[in-house]
Amino acid sequence: MTETQRVEKGVMNISWGFIWRVLLKAFVLFAAINIVYALFNPLPVLGRLSFYNVLFPGRLRLPYGDDPDRSFNITLSHLDAMFAAHEIQSTEKSEEEFRILVIGDSSVWGFLLEPTQTLSAQINQSEIITEDGRTVRAYNLGYPTMSVTKDLLILERGLLNHPDLIIWLVTLESLPKVSQLDSPFLQLNPDRTRELITRYALDLDPEDERFENSTFWNRTIIGQRRELAQLFKLQMLGVLWSGSGVDHEIPETYNERLEDLPADLDFHNFMPGDLNTNELAFDMLEAGVQAAGDIPVVFINEPVFISEGENSDIRYNFYYPRWAYDFYRQELQSQAAGRGWDYADLWDAMPSTEFTDSAIHYTPLGSRILAQDIIGVIKEFLQEP
Amino acid sequence: MTLIHILIFTLLVSALVLTASQRWRRWSLFIISLVSVYWLQPAVSLRQFSFWFPTASIGLTVIAWLVTRHRERGLSREDLTALLFTALLPLLLSLSRFLPEGWQLTASRPPSIYLVVIVGSILVILGFVGEWLAKWSRLMSVLLGVVVIGVFIVLKIETLSVWTSSLLRGVTGQSRNLAASTDLYWLGFSYIALRLLHVLRDYQSGRLPAVSFLDFLTFVLFFPAITAGPIDRVEKFSSKMQNAVAPTASEYLTGARRIVLGVFQKFVLADGLAIIALNSTNVAMTRSVPWLWVLVFAFSLRLYFDFSGYTDVAVGIGQISGIQLPENFDRPYFKTNIGTFWNSWHMTLANWFRAYVFNPLTRALRKGRLKMNSALIILIGQLVTMTLIGLWHGVTWNFVLWGLWHAVGLFIHNRWAVFLNARRDRIPSAFYTSKAMRAVSLVLTFNFVALGWVWFALPSVQMSWETLIRMFGGIR
Repeated sequence: MTETQRVEKGVMNISWGFIWRVLLKAFVLFAAINIVYALFNPLPVLGRLSFYNVLFPGRLRLPYGDDPDRSFNITLSHLDAMFAAHEIQSTEKSEEEFRILVIGDSSVWGFLLEPTQTLSAQINQSEIITEDGRTVRAYNLGYPTMSVTKDLLILERGLLNHPDLIIWLVTLESLPKVSQLDSPFLQLNPDRTRELITRYALDLDPEDERFENSTFWNRTIIGQRRELAQLFKLQMLGVLWSGSGVDHEIPETYNERLEDLPADLDFHNFMPGDLNTNELAFDMLEAGVQAAGDIPVVFINEPVFISEGENSDIRYNFYYPRWAYDFYRQELQSQAAGRGWDYADLWDAMPSTEFTDSAIHYTPLGSRILAQDIIGVIKEFLQEP
Repeated sequence: MTLIHILIFTLLVSALVLTASQRWRRWSLFIISLVSVYWLQPAVSLRQFSFWFPTASIGLTVIAWLVTRHRERGLSREDLTALLFTALLPLLLSLSRFLPEGWQLTASRPPSIYLVVIVGSILVILGFVGEWLAKWSRLMSVLLGVVVIGVFIVLKIETLSVWTSSLLRGVTGQSRNLAASTDLYWLGFSYIALRLLHVLRDYQSGRLPAVSFLDFLTFVLFFPAITAGPIDRVEKFSSKMQNAVAPTASEYLTGARRIVLGVFQKFVLADGLAIIALNSTNVAMTRSVPWLWVLVFAFSLRLYFDFSGYTDVAVGIGQISGIQLPENFDRPYFKTNIGTFWNSWHMTLANWFRAYVFNPLTRALRKGRLKMNSALIILIGQLVTMTLIGLWHGVTWNFVLWGLWHAVGLFIHNRWAVFLNARRDRIPSAFYTSKAMRAVSLVLTFNFVALGWVWFALPSVQMSWETLIRMFGGIR
């Protein structure tokens, strides 16, 4: 019988010295486990372990949610864990599938839309068949922050899932270079972001002070307790996702997008005439095309709300003064033409009534209208020689 | 209690074990309990009530002791010192309002010392009046019981608590429009009330032994047990305080193990399961029947781990301080009938109601003029007892129905046991003792209890009823 067994059976008188030794050993063991954990840093591997697509169906969009109790979803920064929870990881791509990744901001993710009402879901509902008999299957890889660098990061990870086509919806708000690294998602993924900056020689600061750099301490179990708790919570939320199909809280009422606008010409501190091509992150879009290699990328300028209210002669909407947006459209058009990108400008493809709480969020009907336009683009693309 | 509270209590008590003599250990437990009432009380929207609620808990305890104390014993020096300390503590804490923000023991800045002196003086005068009216102490014990039950009712009925909050907001100069029932979050009052009622009732029936003020206050406000029990009996607790010896290393280890186990149950298992446990949002969103059952089972386990975890922490801290608190749980979900379930779930609460409701009521019915058969007496006793247990959790129809659910279950089990007993010679004993029979009984009991939690967990009768129907494939 070991000492511990004797203690448990109560046949041994324990001394205070024994307790001190137990405490000391427990402390040393705990410290050792933390050190070993930090040395091996298993978080990336742990993130790939998921009950989604095994016990629970994969999510139709990447995990994102501020209030897990109501949205049954959670915001986390672990890209592999996010993908592991997504339906795209469910099976290997079959030969009958024509796989499309749809990338972009919250309008692609489907803010204020159910997961079955997003652009990707609407595309899938159209059951498009390619000329060689493959079924078109679109995957929602949108994520609700405005940065094409964030899109690029997701696109790169999505390439591991063997897409046949990438549809990348962009808007001016995602393009200013000054705000590329504002996204907490990028700040919490500093190593991956730096890799992007280096690999594609992006015009961004790899030593941006907002990056949450990895230290020995934050690689220990204690240092990673929040990330570990998030991974655990994501798995638990799989139960609620499975039972409800809910991954986003859609309130019954919300503040509608502004119709009457301020008489303000400012766009990210740029005034008319200040904005030039170098201030916009077109190199990120080019990097995406490079990353995709042989896989075609179609850029779409996403629809924006066009106000007819007060000061609508100065601004299109809350985000954009007319001068800046017009400049951007012109530049995107010329960049696409110059670089040979596939490009569709759908900026005014949606009636103003179909926008919800912002200039880029759509109603279910709006989403269907835009999806039809995108389906047109896809069909056109598929018919190209 | 948060992890920080548990850690600090554990360290404090461990230091006591190593350093203090038995006498000082008693005093230390008294002081820690007194101070903890303020420290554990969470912030409330009512201005300064994170100070007044604990003060009121202490005030009620002092009055209850003054009313029920054995006068022939007189006031010992220890009683006087403890009373003086109890009176000085609020004054001392009110001085902390002059410290920088965040340095106060209370969750918000305490009131001015003048206000505390005025309220304290009123209490002292009441105390003297009480002493002067000593010959009516039995009547005063009844009145105090009514006050305790009255406060309990106000805290548990939403309309009354909103009304009271509005009234108090008027007094504190806050907006009455923002009054909410959550304003009256009085830490541990449900447990304080049961302890005080037990003392008052035992005093009225002449069963209350002489208890020193120090032991009495520590019993009512004992820091590990104030938030979630268990509910001890005063005579047992007092005897433990008087005879408490420093725990041996073996006892210390057992206590520490209970604390670790409790923390794991509460903060890992229960909090993890809370994500998927039954609640009004989850139930409204869940579309499939099997997942609905998963939510209910998750709630069942979550509630057990939460409550049992807290009990383990309380018992563990008690053990390392030399006080053995009573157990509250004994593997309740492994019981094979609803009767044994209630002998193993929240045992100290069930014992309290058995002692002060069920037994006196059934005794009265048996002795009453109206001749009733024993089955009817048991039915009435169980209906009343379980309904009151339900109401103790909150005065809503859902808790009433939860209580009735268990009362009916207990009665059916009682009749079934009588039926089987009468036929014991005709039914082979293997029938009772077979593993299959045990397994079926266990599954039936667990599911009966789990379905009962649907009433407990959801906010309205309609939602609970619809959920139960949906769980059996009924309406969406």
